[in-house]
Amino acid sequence: MKDKIRLAHGSGGKLAHELVEKSFVKALANPFLAKLDDSAVMDFSGRLAFTTDSYVVSPIFFPGGDIGKLAVYGTVNDLAMSGAKPLYLSLAFIIEEGLPQAELNEIVDSVQKAAQGAGVEIVTGDTKVVHRGSADKLFINTAGVGIIPEGVNISGNKARPGDRVILSGTIGDHGIAVLSQREELSFSTQLESDCASLGSLVAEMLAASSDIHCLRDPTRGGLATTLNELAKQSKVSIRIEEEKIPVREEVLAACEMLGFDPLYVANEGKLVAIVPAKDADKILKAMREDHYGTGAAIIGEVKAEHPGRVVMKTCLGASRIVDMLVGDLLPRIC
Amino acid sequence: MKFITEFRRLELAEGLISQIHRRSKTPVRLMEFCGGHTVTIFRYGIRQVLPKTIEMVSGPGCPVCVTANADLDKAIALSQIPEVIIATFGDMLKVPGSHSSLQKVKAGGADVRVVYSTMDALKIAEENPTESVIFLGIGFETTAPTIAASILQAEERRIKNYYILSMHKLCPPVIRALLDSGEVKLHGLICPGHVSAIIGSHPWEFIARDYGIPCVVSGFEPLDILQCVDMLVAQIENGEAKVEIAYRRGVCPGGNREALKLIGQVFEPCPTKWRGIGEVPDSGLRLRKEYQHFDAELAFDIDPGPTYEPRGCICGDILRGVKTPADCKLFGKACTPEYPVGPCMVSSEGSCSAYYLYGGDFEG
Repeated sequence: MKDKIRLAHGSGGKLAHELVEKSFVKALANPFLAKLDDSAVMDFSGRLAFTTDSYVVSPIFFPGGDIGKLAVYGTVNDLAMSGAKPLYLSLAFIIEEGLPQAELNEIVDSVQKAAQGAGVEIVTGDTKVVHRGSADKLFINTAGVGIIPEGVNISGNKARPGDRVILSGTIGDHGIAVLSQREELSFSTQLESDCASLGSLVAEMLAASSDIHCLRDPTRGGLATTLNELAKQSKVSIRIEEEKIPVREEVLAACEMLGFDPLYVANEGKLVAIVPAKDADKILKAMREDHYGTGAAIIGEVKAEHPGRVVMKTCLGASRIVDMLVGDLLPRIC
Repeated sequence: MKFITEFRRLELAEGLISQIHRRSKTPVRLMEFCGGHTVTIFRYGIRQVLPKTIEMVSGPGCPVCVTANADLDKAIALSQIPEVIIATFGDMLKVPGSHSSLQKVKAGGADVRVVYSTMDALKIAEENPTESVIFLGIGFETTAPTIAASILQAEERRIKNYYILSMHKLCPPVIRALLDSGEVKLHGLICPGHVSAIIGSHPWEFIARDYGIPCVVSGFEPLDILQCVDMLVAQIENGEAKVEIAYRRGVCPGGNREALKLIGQVFEPCPTKWRGIGEVPDSGLRLRKEYQHFDAELAFDIDPGPTYEPRGCICGDILRGVKTPADCKLFGKACTPEYPVGPCMVSSEGSCSAYYLYGGDFEG
């Protein structure tokens, strides 16, 4: 019982303090956290981006990542998608009693590595422990803030006819990697989650041209859902070409087996950019030079007709509608 | 060889498409029996690239769609019995029966669990020895062998709390019924790929022989379908009617002997009701006498009451190929994938769902 998290670890008492100091403050060491005050206090100047997200992925460890890494990168990426430089994150755990301490330590370690890699600091946090069955091992919430550089104005409503649509790499890797580990499906694949921080990629893109209209990371709901959101927000149509969308053969095969369409499968380290045609090549080149954008490709363009629609030219040269994800195609994947 | 990308190559597709355009002279109507084919056809926009001489209609090959309301009502009634766990493939959950759906009764407290294989259902039975696990046996010749295998396993391992509700359907008899009705005039049939992987191509011979309709078994990639259409058109233009296979990597003429043996050992043909088509002789499967102790209908006393069809829904006509989703007043308005009225909108293989998701005959 000693090496498992108990309800008392979340009680605010001695065990809770011990957990915070030994497991969290030590691992995530920074001056803000070390103060152990009720809130972190910091100075800012400029336009602030602020976001939050909760992570409930099952299983909590998967090929290429774990829930801790996902919780940092997910929020960092949401900040990056508004063009912000991510700076500070909060980290809140909801732990199901009985979670092995070793697994929690491993997750905290992974949070630390991810935060370091993404250049952000965990400045405040919280821990709750709930009865067995009230959570599934571990849920994490992170919120984050970042500063948006001067002259950057990115929003989902800024796509204009003629703009080009750029995708940063292969789709579906994360969703399929997570699914492959689920007990009821379990199939073997070499595939790993693409879980990554996109902060540096976005910085490279903005250095190439600050005139980026929309940025979004196609997580749950996949590329199809993200493109639909952008088309609706901007009141334009987006026309993409099936042949130009990079998909790994393993992902295609798993999708065929499971009856999924890779367009709807989740990603955790990819972004979609909508940019003016004149800057497209410049931005694409900058993306391809970044580690997380080597597979970047222009997959389509923005049109005025059929506003709100996403239309795809299929590999046979025909056209079809690409709708949003309906219902729950996939179990919890992020 | 890559089994997916190789079958989606534009340059190969272009060759086949222009060959079909060159060959096709007479106006013809081809039916794809299988819902999986319907999805491929819409997902890749195959109707758009075919010549105007070729009309494609979708057939009744979607197991969820053809399940009669009376059968759904039975499943729902079984779920209301205390200490019963219903195990089902996920597709069945949202299908509306006469009064409710499995999803609704699940939300109301019934123990309904989604499984990915019959062996998972068997495992649930082993893990819950004080409860009864009823597996909803749905599907064509493709799923029947796996359910037969689970029965044999249960027998061998003496699992006494495992039952099935057999709603299986057989494809060749229903095609005969469709052709006999004379409602839809067909010039060629795209025969189902997965079903043929089990039963082979011989069971389709009667269609070519007795009705003079060319048959080609197809796979599920766009190039498979195009090749199949090309072979059908070639037969039609040459005045031939025979059974061919355009899916050699999945189907051999004699089928899968092991699977067929399993079906024959556990099940025997029986008359069964199809949505929109009615009762078709020898088109269902029931447990043989030796295995009847696994039959949920015999083991539990249920009264599902009278059945009702949703008003305005034309799923039945669509399944017979008489109407298309575009002919339905509810389509896209009262009936959407989020709020389905009929089963063809629920199942991922349903015509209405494919039509809705991929924009039907959208040309933009």
